[in-house]
Amino acid sequence: MVSSIDEAIARQTHTPISWMLSKQAFWVFLAALIACVTLTLVTDTFATPQNLFNVTRNFAFVAIIALGMTVVIISGGIDLSVGSILCLSAMVLAIIMNAGYPLWAGASAALAVSLLIGGINGVLIAYLRIPPFVVTLGMLSVARSAAMVLSNNKMIYQFGPDEKQLFWLGGGSTFGIANPVIALVILAVVTALLLKWTRWGCHVFAIGSNEKAAVLTGIAVRRLKVSVYMFSALFAGIAGVLEAGWLGGVTTNLGQSMELSVIAAAVIGGANLMGGAGTVFGSVVGAALIEIIRNSLTLLGISTFWQGTFVGSFIVLAVAFDRIRARREADN
Amino acid sequence: MAVLRLEGISKHFGAIHALNDVSLSLEAGEVIGLMGDNGAGKSTLVKIIAGNFQPTHGKISIRDKQMNFHRPVDARDNGVEIVYQDLALCNNLTAAVNVFLGRELTRSFGPLKILDYAAMNTAATKLFRELKSETRPRDMVRDMSGGQRQAVAIARTRLSSASIVLMDEPTAAISVRQVAEVLNLIRELKRQGVAVILISHRMPDVFAVADRIVVLRRGKKVADKPIAGSSPEEVTGLITGAIDAA
Repeated sequence: MVSSIDEAIARQTHTPISWMLSKQAFWVFLAALIACVTLTLVTDTFATPQNLFNVTRNFAFVAIIALGMTVVIISGGIDLSVGSILCLSAMVLAIIMNAGYPLWAGASAALAVSLLIGGINGVLIAYLRIPPFVVTLGMLSVARSAAMVLSNNKMIYQFGPDEKQLFWLGGGSTFGIANPVIALVILAVVTALLLKWTRWGCHVFAIGSNEKAAVLTGIAVRRLKVSVYMFSALFAGIAGVLEAGWLGGVTTNLGQSMELSVIAAAVIGGANLMGGAGTVFGSVVGAALIEIIRNSLTLLGISTFWQGTFVGSFIVLAVAFDRIRARREADN
Repeated sequence: MAVLRLEGISKHFGAIHALNDVSLSLEAGEVIGLMGDNGAGKSTLVKIIAGNFQPTHGKISIRDKQMNFHRPVDARDNGVEIVYQDLALCNNLTAAVNVFLGRELTRSFGPLKILDYAAMNTAATKLFRELKSETRPRDMVRDMSGGQRQAVAIARTRLSSASIVLMDEPTAAISVRQVAEVLNLIRELKRQGVAVILISHRMPDVFAVADRIVVLRRGKKVADKPIAGSSPEEVTGLITGAIDAA
């Protein structure tokens, strides 16, 4: 009797393969892979070092912000202000470096401002219980307007004595890999480890699934929520610093409507807007897929006006796929 | 010695007398079936024991020590655990993580503290085995049956070695086979010396596991007797008021 219970408890429900097949991120990865192979076969421009360098660098910015967004979405929230935070961060960096201060001072100030904005979002959401959609929609407007006020809506393209370092940081490469891509890899690994191996990550999943349960078990839910929005804002701020270095100039329309690509990347990668589900790998792959679609249209000579149609269809398709699978599981 | 003793507990919400002079005592390893119609005062009584409400009059003692619970955590610290009707579980986490939610085990990894999944799985396995439940610690709660979910919620109370477990309608929304599983879980708790208060509308379940039955009607205790000396017919009469008291 006892041994049969032991056997039942020890039995595994999933084999590694069935586990993998049940993940949306895996199917999106497969789609991206197939797209890459097809493009390599039908064009001779896709698999060139220069094109791959551009593709990976282009999606790195969206992917870095998508990491933060994934954490917010897992917690059951949404952050619409990331595009504006990216702009404000880049602008603070530009203004401080333009005034002759070094890179580290500009970058620290940019990240500090980002954290402050995220903290304000978090406090309004967690303590005043205003819906995240409303708070971050308001912040979308406020943060961009702050960038305009700070710069008097002028473009800044001179970054003082540390200009070269900044341009290297965002536009340079190390061992043939664009620096933003390296930043993406490091941040992705850090985020994945935080989600999987810390109490913080575990609690983010818990509040996204059942906030009441989290409260009953004594998790400090409100403080946790503030940290989640600060995390998202920090990553948007980091992307802002890198993008300023890549573009070599900062304007107040930087990152406009970027939040939509970022949310699309997370959702295509399996993050559930109802909360409780999402992966780092999925969001990075989702961001990559969007960029591959864009790049392939260009290479195949199709008008880039079609990009929105493809990306939009893919969002709906990915979620529909997930719904159908969930229903089939529920029927079993 | 009684594990839990309530003496003359009353609770007034303004002019409404939700509970009136209720006394109750509970021994270790004893299962009480707490019954009553909606609004009879069952949840108010449970909330007082759990520290959500403070009684207007009366006193609560645990092992002959008088208690004054201000918050639920005070009750928990004194060995009172509640299994909520909706179980308060997170579907997207494994059984083991749910058992440990809010008090996860960690180990040092250099200067960092990381989750110790292996230790949590081992400890959860041990708890499920003690409860004789076929619940796998690595499975997502999402994929579990109602009975297994109850096992997870109950394992959580075992983790803190609670001596008093309050269960709110644990068999309300699950299949017949799972009801049997849950009743077995309650018998296991009893065997381990845990005192259980089972709030239920389901007469057969109460008669299957309870030692004593307590009936509340309009905030008053109208019956408190061994299950052997009662019958479902009598209890129904007591709940509805057809029988005045027993």
